[in-house]
Amino acid sequence: MSDATEALAAFRADISAWIKDNCPASLLGRAFNENSIVWGGRKWSFANDDQRIWLERAVKRGLTAPRWPVEFGGGGLSRAQEKIFREEMTAAGAPPPLQSFGLWMLGPALLEFGNDAQKAEHLPKITRGEIRWCQGYSEPGAGSDLANVQTRAEDMGDHWLVSGQKIWTSYADQADWIFALVRTDRDAPKHKGISFMLMDMDTPGITTRPIRLISGKSPFCETFFDNVKVPKEQLVGELNRGWDIAKYLLTHEREMIGGGGQGLLGARSVAQIIAMQEGELLADPVLRAEAMQTEVDTLAFGLTMERYKDQAEAGRGVGNASAMLKYYGTELNKRRYELMMATAGSDGLEWDGAHGGLAPEWLRTKANSIEGGTSEVMLDIIAKRVLEMPGQ
Amino acid sequence: MKDAAQTLIDTEDEVMLRDAARGFLAEASPVSALRANRDAGRAHDPALWADMAQMGWTGVLVPETAGGADMGHRAAGILAEEMGRVLAASPFLSSAVIAATVLRQAGPAAQGALQTIAAGRATYALALDEGPKFAPAATAMQAERQGNTFRLTGTKAFVADGTTASRVLVLARTSGAAGDPEGLTLFDLDASLAGLDRQALSTIDSRDHARLVFDAVAVTGDDIIGDLDNGLVALRPGLQAGQAALAAELTGLAGGAAAITLGYLKERKQFDRTIGSFQALQHRAAHLWSEIEVTASAIANAGRVLDNAPDDAALAVSLAKARAAQTAKLAVSEAVQMHGGIGMTDAYDIGFFIKRARVGAEWLGDYGYHAAVIGAARGI
Repeated sequence: MSDATEALAAFRADISAWIKDNCPASLLGRAFNENSIVWGGRKWSFANDDQRIWLERAVKRGLTAPRWPVEFGGGGLSRAQEKIFREEMTAAGAPPPLQSFGLWMLGPALLEFGNDAQKAEHLPKITRGEIRWCQGYSEPGAGSDLANVQTRAEDMGDHWLVSGQKIWTSYADQADWIFALVRTDRDAPKHKGISFMLMDMDTPGITTRPIRLISGKSPFCETFFDNVKVPKEQLVGELNRGWDIAKYLLTHEREMIGGGGQGLLGARSVAQIIAMQEGELLADPVLRAEAMQTEVDTLAFGLTMERYKDQAEAGRGVGNASAMLKYYGTELNKRRYELMMATAGSDGLEWDGAHGGLAPEWLRTKANSIEGGTSEVMLDIIAKRVLEMPGQ
Repeated sequence: MKDAAQTLIDTEDEVMLRDAARGFLAEASPVSALRANRDAGRAHDPALWADMAQMGWTGVLVPETAGGADMGHRAAGILAEEMGRVLAASPFLSSAVIAATVLRQAGPAAQGALQTIAAGRATYALALDEGPKFAPAATAMQAERQGNTFRLTGTKAFVADGTTASRVLVLARTSGAAGDPEGLTLFDLDASLAGLDRQALSTIDSRDHARLVFDAVAVTGDDIIGDLDNGLVALRPGLQAGQAALAAELTGLAGGAAAITLGYLKERKQFDRTIGSFQALQHRAAHLWSEIEVTASAIANAGRVLDNAPDDAALAVSLAKARAAQTAKLAVSEAVQMHGGIGMTDAYDIGFFIKRARVGAEWLGDYGYHAAVIGAARGI
């Protein structure tokens, strides 16, 4: 065994023991769903005390953000260590101690584009679960054509004045802060007049209201900005270069949605549903063939996520290929849920029946190939940027 | 950082191997070479095989002690992928992959045979299938025992490289009945033995496939590879290696067909526009690219698992072969459609890809066979 392999084996033993010693037993092996997620934030209340204990212990060891620098509350782990950590978490049946848009999206953006003061101010609060973030990207007139955002930020000398409307702002009603794309130059070409701005949701002039979806209640909101005064230092990166940050984050988001990461796609497996139906439906040859096909593609897609991560770790970016992960992963997830609904039969038709919330999860998957860039936009990106096919 | 040989991306050595293989094959074996072979009625070009031996490809899975390069299964997959891109025809899979893997498990007695494979002097064929579908346990061919002599009688329906091989690995029944995975024995025999009639099949891919008719062909206990009545165990590593390499070839083939098609889309004009500017075609090309990317991961994984944990490779290998068969089918179907009429002409190369993809999809187990292996392993 090489030194590196030995060190990783030691790390595995250590982290596995740590998980066993620190994750409260009541949290182990529980079905993972929307209700068991810990989001954190000023408005957050834990479902039980063990969730709070688990978060505190994970924060102490930097494991809410395993790969972030230690100085910002991260764990400073290498990718190989992080992978081992996740494997041991799965093996132990331990839930993620904290999940948030801050961890997934704003943090990576600040690490890449933020200044020292912004990193020092915001990153530790994210890792400790103190501040919950939401994302303000889409607008009624800026969906697939995201660069068409019209929410204005006017330079008032000592502050920005923001007015406009955002839509699909997930959990905006629960969030403490928002990171948003705002137009700072109306005369420039549309990609070149956008800036990336941070705002406290408690600032006067910001209001939000939830949107109900076909799947029932939903995390999505509309958020309104009416002459909101924003301090100058809350603009991230260069003025009018917010699109670069948006693109960087969209790549993250696409990998995340495509990869079924962080439970966004639901953690159910086809085999689980089949087992619950006591094998009865395995007798259906059509369904069975479809289940095998879906399993083949799911396994191969999982390996693709792994291969791309290996590539990123080796210092070769994934770049526009993340559009493929998003496209393929979400289409596959829709297939999986169609199959699970078919397998569950009439047991799956109640809002909250024998399979828990399978039906609302299934309905929710229909948005997977819309949010974060539609499948069609992803195919456009692959065609134009990866395959370099000619424009119209 | 992890050792690259533990990841799904190519190591530096593998990048060099791929580049070298692509460069060599573009020169020595472009698709036009397959056309020339076909028109000359020749299954493959012996000079190309000699070159492959020179470069160590024939010994890619042969230990260095037997004169091989011992580069491993991932490397064999990379070579097969590159051969697939240009449809290079050779006994590489039968000889350098399947036979070499079987024989290197067979102990010191097989050392000489491995040397002849690595040197390119001997080529092997695997005589297995007796019906139209891959089903090793269904083997019915009898090996009747008289003392230390076995007499093989029966027909092997579809043997890749069967007419040109100098030696044949034959799976035959020494006990039990067809359908029983036990009671089979693997023999290594000279292809010119009396009683063995090799009938060339004119297959759509213009390669060497044969029906092998055995009429009391006499072999001895010394020709057995592995244990009597346990031939499937001796054959399995070779089958898995072959399935993984064939999957790699099919994925290379898909990539080759997609590249030709993409080139055509960027060049062909209709309605006063380059047809590649039409979104309908862009989306189809982008979807195809996505499928090839996903399959390439399964290919890399199968090679890695065969190299690092060969006893546990069944799922990885079946995943590779299942995905590759489907992806190649999609690639060649899309290729013909997106080319339009010219894709249907014999003068244009795309037709060769669709034919080889169909043969490769069947050989060593089709999509259904391998999907069922995965389903069984995953509780479906």
